[in-house]
Amino acid sequence: MKYLYYPGCSLEASAGEYDRSSRALLTAMGAEITELEDWSCCGASAAEAQSRLLALALPARNLAIAEKMGGAHDLVVPCSACYLNLRKVAEKIGREPELLTALNTVLSADGLHLSGGVRVRHLLDVLANDLGAQALGAKAARPLKGLTIAPYYGCQCLRPYRVFDDPEAPRTMSPLITAAGAAVHPWQMGARCCSASLMTTKPEVGLPLVAGILKAARGADAIATVCPMCQMNLEAFQSKASRFAAEDLAISVLYLPQLLGLAMGLSESELGLGFNLALTPGFREKLAA
Amino acid sequence: MKVSASANPPAADAGDDDLLREIRAMVSACIQCGTCSGSCPNAHAMDYTPRQLWRMVQMGEQDRIFESKTFALCSACYTCSLRCPRGLPLTDAMAALKQAAARADVPAFRPSARFYGSFLESVRRHGRVRESEFMTLYFLAMKNPLLPMKFAPLGLKLMGKGKLQMALPTGAGRGTLDAIFEKVAELEGRS
Repeated sequence: MKYLYYPGCSLEASAGEYDRSSRALLTAMGAEITELEDWSCCGASAAEAQSRLLALALPARNLAIAEKMGGAHDLVVPCSACYLNLRKVAEKIGREPELLTALNTVLSADGLHLSGGVRVRHLLDVLANDLGAQALGAKAARPLKGLTIAPYYGCQCLRPYRVFDDPEAPRTMSPLITAAGAAVHPWQMGARCCSASLMTTKPEVGLPLVAGILKAARGADAIATVCPMCQMNLEAFQSKASRFAAEDLAISVLYLPQLLGLAMGLSESELGLGFNLALTPGFREKLAA
Repeated sequence: MKVSASANPPAADAGDDDLLREIRAMVSACIQCGTCSGSCPNAHAMDYTPRQLWRMVQMGEQDRIFESKTFALCSACYTCSLRCPRGLPLTDAMAALKQAAARADVPAFRPSARFYGSFLESVRRHGRVRESEFMTLYFLAMKNPLLPMKFAPLGLKLMGKGKLQMALPTGAGRGTLDAIFEKVAELEGRS
């Protein structure tokens, strides 16, 4: 399986371990990935708050590059915000020809052209549906025995586009976690919002949401995430959330490819485990056992 | 199916049409059922619930809308868009309100607009956002010497893990996004 790969800005900076573990896991599972050449920011949530056209033009630039590189290959995106921004343009240009014309007017200033046709895929979609839990189970050299994992999906890989999972009651991660030898934590918080950048800019708004998710994860050994924003909110504010909830909410939080990679016998450094902000001693003990 | 707003044209704020016209069209079929408010994870912190906000949009109450915190608190989780029984693009309408507030330089939205503007300035310069540059631009734009303190705990945590790079992103230097930003501004009549 060959894919184009769009890391996005977070994976080049504060979410470097998501980039490292995504590449390592995809490769270990037999996928061939090529990084999108000269890719640029998808606009995150910033462009949409300033200009509708810019918010669509920034992802469009990357889709145009993907077409140039051979649009026959799906574009795999680990960050849920990048995924949605790219997907949104791919979906809209198919239905709104006048938008495609406007975007091409913008892109021509950069020497690029967009026709449409690139398939934008979330990393989780590719792991679950192309590579598959069965293949993962067959390659799980170091099954995560005795660990219970809470699958956290967040929002933008599920909504508004109903692509690969139920947008309110997602379950794509469960077979992967089971194939990795771990148990799935039963909870209802997998598709609840983590408050995104509000946790940083308006903590009084975000904290109840983060604390609610961490609280519901009690009983699990770790939370698995598929988005740098969710990961940061759930791992970086645990002491604040614990003070808010007046109980200890410390729990390990890992990117899904880190967990699956561990089961496949990939090393901690290949998976960037040293960069995680929340790995509890209890989790490490169980991992070593 | 066209009901509400078009049937009852708002009496006041006649000059608001430019800013609100498109957004009013997006929510004109709202039946005020409140599914959006019940679904919104951030409604607890809003001064008006999403349902109340859509009514204000229908009525053209621009001043109350732009003085409210509601649209700035949308974290784009898309639960309301998913559940709206009329299938309205409510998350997009929240984004459109942010765009209108940024364009009109609405005071209550100014800190958020500067936050997003600083992010985009870093993107324009390098093609990719430089997290430390973005925050520096934001602090400069806000002219508040105490503001960096608010972000210090997270910054220190990231720095401790070597996650705050001071160098430019690897893609930098290969050209900026000036051309794209300028063309967008030209098409939107901002240049």
